[in-house]
Amino acid sequence: MKKDIILAGVGGQGILTIATVIGQAAVSSKMYIKQAEVHGMSQRGGDVQSHLRISDEEIFSDLIPMGEADLILSVEPMEALRYLPYLNENGWLIANSTPFVNITNYPEKEEVYNKIKAYKNHVLIDADTIAKEIGSARSMNMVILGAAVKTLGFTINQIEDAIKTIFGRKGEAIVEANIKALKAGFEAAK
Amino acid sequence: MEKILLLGDEALAQGAIDAGISGFYGYPGTPSTEIIEFVQKNKVAIDKDIHRTWASNEKTAMEEAVGMSYAGKRTMATMKHVGLNVAADPFMNSAMTGANGGLLVAVADDPSMHSSQNEQDSRVFANFALIPCIEPSNQQECYEAAFYGFELSEKFKLPVMIRLETRLSHSRAGVTTKAVQEENKLSFPDDPNQFMLLPAFSRMKYDKLVPLQAQLEKASEESPFNKYIDGEDKTLGIIACGLGYNYLMENVRKVDFKHPILKVSQYPLPRKQVEKIMSECDQVLVIEEGMPVVEQQLKGFVSGNTKIKGRLDGSLPRVGELNPNHVAKALGLPNNFGEEKPAFIANRPPALCVGCPHIDSYKAITEVLKATPNGRVFSDIGCYTLGFLPPYNAINTCLDMGASITMAKGASKAGVYPAIAVIGDSTFFHSGLTGLMDCVYDKDNLVVVILDNSTTGMTGGQDYTGFGRIEAVCKALGVEEDHIRVITPLPKQHEINVKVFEEEIAYEGVSVIIPRRECVQTLKKKLKSRR
Repeated sequence: MKKDIILAGVGGQGILTIATVIGQAAVSSKMYIKQAEVHGMSQRGGDVQSHLRISDEEIFSDLIPMGEADLILSVEPMEALRYLPYLNENGWLIANSTPFVNITNYPEKEEVYNKIKAYKNHVLIDADTIAKEIGSARSMNMVILGAAVKTLGFTINQIEDAIKTIFGRKGEAIVEANIKALKAGFEAAK
Repeated sequence: MEKILLLGDEALAQGAIDAGISGFYGYPGTPSTEIIEFVQKNKVAIDKDIHRTWASNEKTAMEEAVGMSYAGKRTMATMKHVGLNVAADPFMNSAMTGANGGLLVAVADDPSMHSSQNEQDSRVFANFALIPCIEPSNQQECYEAAFYGFELSEKFKLPVMIRLETRLSHSRAGVTTKAVQEENKLSFPDDPNQFMLLPAFSRMKYDKLVPLQAQLEKASEESPFNKYIDGEDKTLGIIACGLGYNYLMENVRKVDFKHPILKVSQYPLPRKQVEKIMSECDQVLVIEEGMPVVEQQLKGFVSGNTKIKGRLDGSLPRVGELNPNHVAKALGLPNNFGEEKPAFIANRPPALCVGCPHIDSYKAITEVLKATPNGRVFSDIGCYTLGFLPPYNAINTCLDMGASITMAKGASKAGVYPAIAVIGDSTFFHSGLTGLMDCVYDKDNLVVVILDNSTTGMTGGQDYTGFGRIEAVCKALGVEEDHIRVITPLPKQHEINVKVFEEEIAYEGVSVIIPRRECVQTLKKKLKSRR
């Protein structure tokens, strides 16, 4: 199995946590993994992206070649489209529909949604609202991860185990909130 | 043994800890910061009390590391590429003194300037100093480079550079670790004059360092970090350095590739292998991250009619980071692209955080300067450099760490009034002190604004050596006590702050204004950890 995943969002939206959870699931399955992150100046309110590669064969490049991503997983709708040149023609576009507007020239929402919906393999869900409904507004990123589980090549149990490993230190309540969000996203994407 | 997931920076730190290091010395700088941050949280490092606090700047860090090496212990200096400019004096001279305990200089370059003023290539510095350089291509090699680098350093009695780049420093992969080694015992150099660079000694040392290069080349020829993969199609050979090797292999694994490949991760260049590929192949493509360093060096190897391709002839982009697609194009291999980015996608330039104290400082400065068309604001390296961007448009220059005060000094003498220097608290202690002393000595007319957010903000909130002592230090440097003014950068204090700026601009002499309010990011982190 090989999955090349672009994680996208705005600094502070929690994409690195998504990367950490998927990474943990990959490590537990004895797979190879490479995950390139953005640190430093570009973090401050800017667009952030992470290249996450998992494979059962050795991975060379830390960067995903353009046209080869199997999945763009975005916690923000416009940010999902920023990385289209990376997506392969059968790739999945999975995005949160709640925009993060910290600029004056943010495009029309409908224009953004229509572009996402034009992809045959897409999931567009309101992860912010879903997270609020289950009483865990801060777990929006786990809702989006839940929506992607089927395309990741892992079972939901494997991702749950990874969440337990990653959040275990922070206590049972945090683990439960994140798993609840994961399941809600999983259901929403069905 | 299960692999642990580590950033390239962290893998190097873990390797050094496991290889028995006794001290890390560095100043934060993207993308090198995570080396020491990792050590500060590492249980073994804490239990063994391996040195891991931040230094005032890269020069003090480098010298402290040389001191530890003098005493026979293993040590590492860490910095970003432009930090090596600050440390250049001890760095260049440490090649002359050489090392006693293993001495590694870890320098993280930032091609494409994600978070830097330039994209200089530190391999040039290693070559300049005539020391070996290891350029790992992946995280496991970062880990191994620490063990191997210390051995190499102790074998040749020389410092060894470990060159990293953003894409390796900040990329995570599984790393297999080894057992932790004992630290070296205190031991003085065999030659008591080894670290004595009086000219007479220096000449003798240089007479040894230059001929030593042949042995360093031989070490590169035999290095596990370099590899020759022969191929039957000699129309083209590839020299792939560091990360360049990954981008090559990413492409090569998909096709039937029959060209010879020389992977280089240790310098000086392995002469034998380079001569082989140059003499056997019609063309040689050099894939290297950063500047065309190897490509230029190849011109010094006897090559007959071998054509050299790379960043200089346009086969690869002359500037910026490489990626697998650049390499596919250079090799004439299939190059896929997804759909183009829609035109309506807007950029999100980095910005000062909501509630950032710098915003309120800049609002006061801009208001005061409205009345003086020849006033200029000389800024420095930090979050506050973002004050250049709209809606603030508050600063005019940014050169290097500490240059705000000294540039303002020069401009003031040339007639710029008011000349205002804006420098962060951590940057002030990094390299602002000497500039301020120059101003006091010359009785210059300028205002130095030390933006005190009580942290090294841009790199993610590290502490710094001079914390809590700004006023005392300014006073000690000779700034009049009445003209060291502390203000609170908050919207409700705006009128008061403007008045303080007006008064100090009117004062003919050196004034220091210290807007003091904690960085909102470190404050948030503190509150979170208290919960």
